[in-house]
Amino acid sequence: MSRIIQWTLLIFTMMSGNQSFAQDVEMADGFRGDGKIYVVVAVVLLILIGLFAYLVFLDRRLKKLESERNGGEE
Amino acid sequence: MEYFIKTSWWKWLALGLLVYTVIGGFLFDVPRLPILNETVRVLHFHVPMWFGMILLFIGAAIFSVRYLLTQDLKYDLYSKELIETGFFLGILGLATGMLWANFTWGEPWSNDPKQNSTAIGMLLYFAYMILRGSITDDHQRGRIAAVYNILAFFMLIALLFIIPRMTDSLHPGNGGNPGFNVYDLDSDLRMVFYPAILGWTLLGLWIATIKVRISKLNLL
Repeated sequence: MSRIIQWTLLIFTMMSGNQSFAQDVEMADGFRGDGKIYVVVAVVLLILIGLFAYLVFLDRRLKKLESERNGGEE
Repeated sequence: MEYFIKTSWWKWLALGLLVYTVIGGFLFDVPRLPILNETVRVLHFHVPMWFGMILLFIGAAIFSVRYLLTQDLKYDLYSKELIETGFFLGILGLATGMLWANFTWGEPWSNDPKQNSTAIGMLLYFAYMILRGSITDDHQRGRIAAVYNILAFFMLIALLFIIPRMTDSLHPGNGGNPGFNVYDLDSDLRMVFYPAILGWTLLGLWIATIKVRISKLNLL
């Protein structure tokens, strides 16, 4: 029983310790505050959408080839 | 696979999920952790490469079993294209992992058990491609490739999910190292991570279906 209490206490101190520690961790808050993160998001989104558009283009071209091939057979 | 070749609604789902991944992955709150700092966001881009690879390899293993049951060559083709696409995702996973490790673990390759066993697993699948490419008879190639692929898949499971857990590893969730569920108390990461897995996997699947269709055009 006392062991369980010891463990719970240990876990709680670890958790609370973690939480106070977590606030001190250096993150890119200034960068975010400036709003420059939106530039990063916009660039990556542009690349992603460009890639998808290219895949759609390839997909359509392939579909055309397939229908030509199937049309020739029938 | 036929279903994914015929339909395309899931391609738009992939786009939506990945747009969400980029926006959520960069803008949502993440746990503030030492050493990782903002790079914890790489979770949404590096780890889904591996999940995507595994999921495509699972599909390939299923098609290998179906090939052995039916002797239908199309299943052999599905297996091959899924493995090639999965392998590509694996290379991206390895490259992004090394880049990430350079800044968090101090060096790109620290002989971490998961790194080493992943490299072995990738070589196993590389051997599949060489083995399959070296046989000219269609049905012999299909049979040998299918049997080898099933073996490689079980080896990969052992290499990725069993061996790294038996020793100390730098990777989270291995060797007494906690996974992200310990840090991510508010599920901030999960909200993006799971959609990211599905999105990246579907993108891989899309590429695989395009490869299958090209191969089919060449065969006819």
